[in-house]
Amino acid sequence: MNMDNYIPATAKGAPAGMGIDPVATGEKNINMDGIEETTIKMSARNLDVFYGDKQALFGIDLDVPERSVTALIGPSGCGKSTFLRCLNRMNDTIDGCRVEGDIRIDQSDIYDRALDVVELRTRIGMVFQKPNPFPKSIYDNVAYGPKIHGLAQDREELDHIVTSSLEKAGLLKEVADRLESPGTGLSGGQQQRLCIARAIAVSPEVILMDEPCSALDPIATAHIEELIDELRENFTIVIVTHNMQQAARVSQQTAFFHLGILVECNSTGEIFTSPSDERTQGYITGRYG
Amino acid sequence: MTTGDHIVKSYDEELKNLNDTIIEMANLTEIQFELAIEALMKQDTDLAYKIIEDDDRIDDLDHAVDEQTMNLLALRQPMAMDLRNVVAAIKISSDLERIADYATNMARRTVPLIEEKTVIRPLHSIPRMGTAVIAMLKDVVDAYIEGDADKAVAVWRADKEVDEMYVSLFRELLTYMMEDARRITPCTHVLFIAKNIERMGDHVTNVCETVYYLVTGEPLREDRPRKTRTDRLLTDDIEAKE
Repeated sequence: MNMDNYIPATAKGAPAGMGIDPVATGEKNINMDGIEETTIKMSARNLDVFYGDKQALFGIDLDVPERSVTALIGPSGCGKSTFLRCLNRMNDTIDGCRVEGDIRIDQSDIYDRALDVVELRTRIGMVFQKPNPFPKSIYDNVAYGPKIHGLAQDREELDHIVTSSLEKAGLLKEVADRLESPGTGLSGGQQQRLCIARAIAVSPEVILMDEPCSALDPIATAHIEELIDELRENFTIVIVTHNMQQAARVSQQTAFFHLGILVECNSTGEIFTSPSDERTQGYITGRYG
Repeated sequence: MTTGDHIVKSYDEELKNLNDTIIEMANLTEIQFELAIEALMKQDTDLAYKIIEDDDRIDDLDHAVDEQTMNLLALRQPMAMDLRNVVAAIKISSDLERIADYATNMARRTVPLIEEKTVIRPLHSIPRMGTAVIAMLKDVVDAYIEGDADKAVAVWRADKEVDEMYVSLFRELLTYMMEDARRITPCTHVLFIAKNIERMGDHVTNVCETVYYLVTGEPLREDRPRKTRTDRLLTDDIEAKE
């Protein structure tokens, strides 16, 4: 994957007092034994979330390792999506939602008052459950972000960002000859990959995915899973999924949420072969409830 | 061992059927093994032939376990404890199948030994070894049924005594063969029978390790007391290497 022609959003330099230090995406840290050392990209500490009087999350402590996939699993209403939405401050838009505690990206507090939320969301992109392309052409769907953030100097550069984003999202081959046709005309799986291309066009560091495959058939799902596996070379991914096999297939770390509590977080292999908590065991073996 | 029933009840049934098949296989293997000792000690050729014939029943159960585990893996995609349960069943059934094969081998050796009509004194050590391994087998099957990791570890440690019995029997048989060359053939049969029992003990320890992993989720890493070099030469599976 060629990242040379990408302008990281942060490389433009954040205005003073924004609370986020521009961090160049560094090389992978490989130690002497050739084993990748993990750096923590994002971390939550003692995170409480309230919707009005109702508390949805209780004291969550979770680290998201850089350039790996973290899966959040748990029954409906367990708080996993709430947690995901805290990571790029999507909860700000919900009335009565209050977030307490600490969430950091590269050590910087994302709830810092001086922080520009729009800027934050170029660093932390999001893909939703239902593919939601803009009612525009395929090209414009992908070009939209780089355009409004001024990531391209000229049309040529913009073209390059669009094609390489589509390429990375595994969609270019299928749409190369019809970039001007509407994004909404694509199949569900293609639309979802278009949304992923749109998310990566602004060179985010983290991609949040909220059940990205639940509206797709198994083949389209397999394409997205393969894509997730490729994307983790360059991006940090956090994915919420109801499909435990999917969590097992795509993630390196899995966190199990239950009733607003983070019950257990461990390597995916460990969680699915010998989880340490009875509740995790009950949920993943289908004995829950 | 379970933390409750599955939401899908037929899944529980399938897992229970699998466990039942393993237990049935273990019981049959115990019986075959006990009868193999009996045939040898009572010099009963008919019984020896019956043992050889009945091995098919254990092979059938082994195939049944294969089929049940494949179905569970394909259709239920078991996770965590259930996954360990299914994988344990595959491993335990193949160990049991091997143990039963060794019982059959004992019976095969028993037939010519009876025909030799030579009294081999060290033969009397065989039931002692056999009883020890049968007890180990019974205990590890109990450990499997009860989900008792400590019991599995205790059985695992007990195998050392079987190895020692085998080594001492081997030395005794050597002196016999050196005294009288005519005893070489019958002594060799006895030696192979002892070797079979010693190998059964090794397979029982495999089952111990599997049960330990099944229950705890951790591999059994503890070191058993080291054998001396000569003992290793005597107890390592030379047949398998050839």
